[in-house]
Amino acid sequence: MTKFALKGLFGRKLRTALTALAIVLGVAMVSGTYVLTDSIDEAFDAIFNDVRQGSDAVITGRAAFDLSDGSGSEAPTLDESLLERIRELPEVQVAEGGVDSESTVLVDRDGEAIVGNAPSIGFSIADGDSPFNPLRLVSGGWPGPDEIVIDEATAEKHDFAVGDTIGVQAEGPIQEFRISGLVRFGETLSTIGDATLAGFDLETAQELYGKEGRLDEIAVASSPNVSPEQLVTAVEAVIPSAAQVRTGERQANEEASETNEFIGFLRTFLLAFAGIALFVGSFVIANSLGITIAQRTREFATVRTIGASRRQVLGSIVLESLVVGILASIVGLILGIGLASVLFTIFDAVGFTLPNTGLVFNTRTIVVAMLVGTLVTLVASLRPAIRATRVPPIAAVREGATLPESRFARFRTLGSALLTTLGFAALLFGLFAPDLDTTALLLALGFGTVCIFLGLALLSARFIRPLAGALGWPATRIGGAAGTLARDNARRNPQRTASTAAALMIGLALVTLVAVLAAGITSTFRGSVEELWADADYAVTAQNNFSPIPANVGEAMGDVSGVEAVGNVRTGDAQAFGDQFFATAVSPELGPMLNVTWVEGSDDVIQELGDDGAFVDDGYAEDHALELGSRIELTFANGDTDTYRVEGIFDPPTGGSPFGPVTISAEAWDRHNENPRDLFSFVRMEGGQTDTNQERLDEAMREFPNAKVQTREEFIDNQIGALSAVLNILYVLLALSVIVSLFGIVNTLVLTVFERTREIGMLRAIGMTRRQVRRMIRHESVITALIGGVLGIVLGVVLGALLVARIEFIDFTLPVASLIVFTIATVVVGIIAAVFPARRAARLNVLRALQYE
Amino acid sequence: MSTNGAVVTASDLRRVYGEDETAVHALRGVSLEIPRGDLTAVMGPSGSGKSTLMHILAGLDQPTAGDVSIAGTNITRLGDSDLTKLRREHIGFVFQFFNLLPMLTAEENVLLPLSIAGEKPDPAFFETLLENVGLADRRTHRPSELSGGQQQRVAIARALVSRPTVVFADEPTGNLDSTTGGEILELLRRSVEEYGQTTVMVTHEPRAAAIADRVLFLADGRIVKELPRSTQHDILAALETIATT
Ligand SMILES: Nc1ncnc2c1ncn2[C@@H]1O[C@H](COP(=O)(O)OP(=O)(O)O)[C@@H](O)[C@H]1O
Ligand SMILES: [Mg+2]
Repeated sequence: MTKFALKGLFGRKLRTALTALAIVLGVAMVSGTYVLTDSIDEAFDAIFNDVRQGSDAVITGRAAFDLSDGSGSEAPTLDESLLERIRELPEVQVAEGGVDSESTVLVDRDGEAIVGNAPSIGFSIADGDSPFNPLRLVSGGWPGPDEIVIDEATAEKHDFAVGDTIGVQAEGPIQEFRISGLVRFGETLSTIGDATLAGFDLETAQELYGKEGRLDEIAVASSPNVSPEQLVTAVEAVIPSAAQVRTGERQANEEASETNEFIGFLRTFLLAFAGIALFVGSFVIANSLGITIAQRTREFATVRTIGASRRQVLGSIVLESLVVGILASIVGLILGIGLASVLFTIFDAVGFTLPNTGLVFNTRTIVVAMLVGTLVTLVASLRPAIRATRVPPIAAVREGATLPESRFARFRTLGSALLTTLGFAALLFGLFAPDLDTTALLLALGFGTVCIFLGLALLSARFIRPLAGALGWPATRIGGAAGTLARDNARRNPQRTASTAAALMIGLALVTLVAVLAAGITSTFRGSVEELWADADYAVTAQNNFSPIPANVGEAMGDVSGVEAVGNVRTGDAQAFGDQFFATAVSPELGPMLNVTWVEGSDDVIQELGDDGAFVDDGYAEDHALELGSRIELTFANGDTDTYRVEGIFDPPTGGSPFGPVTISAEAWDRHNENPRDLFSFVRMEGGQTDTNQERLDEAMREFPNAKVQTREEFIDNQIGALSAVLNILYVLLALSVIVSLFGIVNTLVLTVFERTREIGMLRAIGMTRRQVRRMIRHESVITALIGGVLGIVLGVVLGALLVARIEFIDFTLPVASLIVFTIATVVVGIIAAVFPARRAARLNVLRALQYE
Repeated sequence: MSTNGAVVTASDLRRVYGEDETAVHALRGVSLEIPRGDLTAVMGPSGSGKSTLMHILAGLDQPTAGDVSIAGTNITRLGDSDLTKLRREHIGFVFQFFNLLPMLTAEENVLLPLSIAGEKPDPAFFETLLENVGLADRRTHRPSELSGGQQQRVAIARALVSRPTVVFADEPTGNLDSTTGGEILELLRRSVEEYGQTTVMVTHEPRAAAIADRVLFLADGRIVKELPRSTQHDILAALETIATT
């Protein structure tokens, strides 16, 4: 019986391979995700460990709470005098102080900022031979006053050599430095993603960062026979309360933690798409297997007559799918390694370069990929396998015996309608039930969506005839007799067409959902900027649109001739009522520039905040029962605390608020933040938006290449542009599921061609040309794809509308252009899927086809 | 086993297809006994109910009324797993369209019933069997590489390999030319002589019925005549009398 199963499998190599392909891609995605994230993980671990390699302990300023990367807030600095006291400790062998900054932007030869999505890292280098220096000199020497070392990769990419001059923008305007040497980080990496490195001597760095006489950290190496723990205890005794000390190892872990969180998120995110591809793949497997089993009805009946039990029939099919699952998983596992490199390239192409020290292949990757691939295949094979056990032995002698209907066939329509309804109910519950926690919400959404997909896949069989009629109408016009036959073939086995189309439906529903959300976000965002933007002409942001930039950029704008006013929005971490959040601070000039809707307070709140005023959004006010005159105690990153009085409560625009939950005046903010940063600055100019004004601002911006000046329209486009990068990643990942469903169509068509061999032979015998045969198959494929596509698009719009109804800051917008593109893409999928099966069908030898049994 | 050495007994079998006006009475009360070691032929015109009778005797189909016993067991009310056991131990089939499994070699096809039942073949018996059916030099061929006659030889060997109590053959020569058909009939006859294999063969060819120890004539769902071993000529004559009555 084992032989029966296995020989059958290898006797149908093509069919088996096609079926397996459906699961290969999903498994490849799983293993690719693990390989990718493990590799990034290892690369980052190497980076963070290299940084602290020679440090037994590290002293840093103690922030009042955990700061988020890139928030605009920094931990308080240390006084330089601390270094001497540390050096005097007997437990200390060497100690070095340093400063650093993640916004040390290098400027290329054209005066443009060199910025990617990775940080622009700048730091002081005490001494090239220092045990704390993680850099290796590739050429030239270590930097002296007014000198800089940069990383080899950046130098190469932007054509800099030792001895050249390079511009650097940190806190102030551009400064020029002579390149004294090129460096490489650690032992293996030449780059950390696309991060740029800039190293200076300590004094130069302190001046550059506005930290004269201050230090960000002190790295310490212990005397012989002193353990890092003993060192930490000794140091702890002498440092002030605003400082903290950790062992080198703990410091490295601490610095890696946010990155690790990000990698964890990336892993979950990618695995979700792998899950979708596997789900679609399971449809394809179930369908292909169902068709193959139907075609083998007589074979199963025959083995029953010679004594095989139902269980043996079941066992043989389960064994087959086990083998298919294992083979597919192995292939997928290997392909995943390739996919990981491809993903690195894709992320790179969308401006999201990740560090890479070589691909990491863990045992866990193998175990999970094999298990998932095999299990999904097994589960998908169960339904067809159980149907095969119902083949009665007498089918061995009945001409044209077909697979018996399942016992529940009568209830199929009702059952699938109920399943769909249950799905929508779960979805609505998840979306609209009050006070669900995130896990419950995600579970309800996931369960609901899966039920809807399964339910519709089964239910749609009922609507295949009219759908194929309507969507096949163009085929009958274009394709003549072949087109008409194609339409009728698509209707011939509604269950089969429905299952094939369902796989595509899932992919397209999700793609459409993303498009609906994107359209909603885009148009709502545009609407709120238009509503909000009142008496301002230009906005200034970082080149990447979102990083906070040093506040003196805004200050410098004020000196440009023709500028009437500059309104800044500062940002950084702060804490109130025990919660940490992005707080904002505004300058009074901002008042007339923005059209804020005040629920409470006068229109002049922004101008009149003064030293101790604050305003909050209405949601935050409600959560913390705040009203005009209420007090808020804010804690800043440096540990300072101050109390503010609520002067206004505003209603944030639907498309997103320019302010955090709590906003104070910029003046008050700057008192508690050493290096304040702006998220946006708005500029009003005499004469408004004119070419001259634009030129003047651009001229001033030349000193700050990391920032850019934009008109309102440019500002909107730039902000939305960041969104489309994310969208493109989502589309690429969902495309994987669409490709899986494309294989599903290929599968069904190939199996159908096998099944209709005699019929095709007959059609050829009565005069159908090869071309017409190909056309017939192609049209059938396009009709099937269109059924899946149209169902998916409609479902996607419905799901999108529901989701948008739930999310406060998005309004529903129909993405008409995207939907047209998706429909065309669906037709293309149909045409591509038909290529191979159509060629097979056209090549059939007429005589042999007629004798085929 | 049962009374007077019968391995298969049927009493008052009725089989109605469909309901009400469209009902077809394929069997209208058939009783018979198949003695051990006999080759029994079931003859009759097309549509007389031969196949229906065979399917019911072999447990492939259920009668509307009446009972069938094989080797002393009433099979009409057996569940699926008991029927499976019955097929393994007591029944062999030879089909009109051979029903070989295309991916298995001739030898593997023959051995399939044993491997399904989890048994090992007796090598000596198996070798003589292959020798007897003339497949010794074809054992590694697949069905698609064999002629119709050779395929039916494989099917016969497959039916005999488990030494079943009774072999049922439905029109075993129906899909073969007359020379090849003759060889197959000879083979079936030899299996009765050499192995004492009880066999029930459905056929509409007098030539085939002529190798039987006993011929039952079926017309319109009833047994209307019975002949002991007869010549082709006598059988043809009997058929004609049935047709005219
Ligand atoms: N599955 C079936 N459904 C309905 N009628 C059937 C079926 N099988 C056989 N019959 C009818 O029963 C009668 C006997 O058929 P069958 O046993 O096949 O006859 P034979 O084998 O002698 O040609 C015929 O009238 C045939 O049409
Ligand atoms: Mg018949």
